[in-house]
Amino acid sequence: MTIPERTLIVIPAFNESASIASVVAEVRDAVPGATILVVDDGSADATTEVARRAGARVARLPYNLGVGGAMRVGFRYAVDHDFRQVVQVDADGQHDPRHVPALLDGLVGADIVIGARFAGAGSYRATGPRRWAMRLLSAVLSRAAGTRLDDTTSGFKACGPKAIALFADQMPAEYLGDTVEALVIALRHACRVVQLPVEMRQRMAGQPSHGPVKSAVYLGRALIALFFAYARPVVAVRSGGNSA
Amino acid sequence: MTLATYILGILAALATLGVVIELLRRRRLRERHAIWWLGAGTLALVIGVFPQVLAWAASLIGITAPTNLVFFVSIAILVLVSIQHSSELTELEEKTRTLAERVAILELDTRRESPQDRD
Repeated sequence: MTIPERTLIVIPAFNESASIASVVAEVRDAVPGATILVVDDGSADATTEVARRAGARVARLPYNLGVGGAMRVGFRYAVDHDFRQVVQVDADGQHDPRHVPALLDGLVGADIVIGARFAGAGSYRATGPRRWAMRLLSAVLSRAAGTRLDDTTSGFKACGPKAIALFADQMPAEYLGDTVEALVIALRHACRVVQLPVEMRQRMAGQPSHGPVKSAVYLGRALIALFFAYARPVVAVRSGGNSA
Repeated sequence: MTLATYILGILAALATLGVVIELLRRRRLRERHAIWWLGAGTLALVIGVFPQVLAWAASLIGITAPTNLVFFVSIAILVLVSIQHSSELTELEEKTRTLAERVAILELDTRRESPQDRD
């Protein structure tokens, strides 16, 4: 396995005081030696305090930026402190940290390894417009990546040095920006993206977003996100700082 | 047109220009934002003083009622300024986002460097 000392586990957390302590503990058990960074995305609850007590480093955003903003903090921190691998794990407990070593192993031949739900393991099923949206995103991005990517909106991802430098500079804060558009940016910067089948768990806290109207809106937003991700110019990475 | 409406048009244009210039003078408005309002105010003043310019411009592009040209140009300027503001808002959001991210990292780094606060 790749040296865990240079591995940063980034956990973006927004009002997750109910589940963050057990997620941090699980990650430490699964990947001993890795550094755990919880990015508190402007929570109103005790997420920061609970995560600190659980032994994680905590970067606290002064207000809510969304997953893209929280993750750019993680990638920027990784660049500043010389981490070679970054793994994103959700704070709600749906990502099983026991898959992290396998994701890290995948980085030997790739810049980004996605923990994917639909690729065999687990029993997640989406229906209606949400399913069409996911199929379309999967088809377009698989083609661009030259390999099958079944779960393009998965937040469970491992990134190597090239992707870390890229995302520390360019990580969109918009809706679907941290998943779909981030993948498009990575692929357009010639990053190699592969997937690894993983089983997702039920969330420990919080509700999944479903319903026919919501999933139709999701389809529309996914199409817009995908269109603009490709319509935007490719920007060279500034190693000195974030673009703004 | 009565004398009263003639004077009203000129006064409205002068008032607009006066407010914009005063804000510029007090540095409450940056030149790059003021340029639209200066342009619009000057145009309104010219048309207020010489209404025949409006009638001439309208007939030039084939608009029967000259006031329609006023509405068209006014709305066009307002729409363009709104779009510019949305764009500047986006730019500002991106800048505050970057600052917020940097603050989060700085706070964590200083916290870890001060021994009494070490987690």
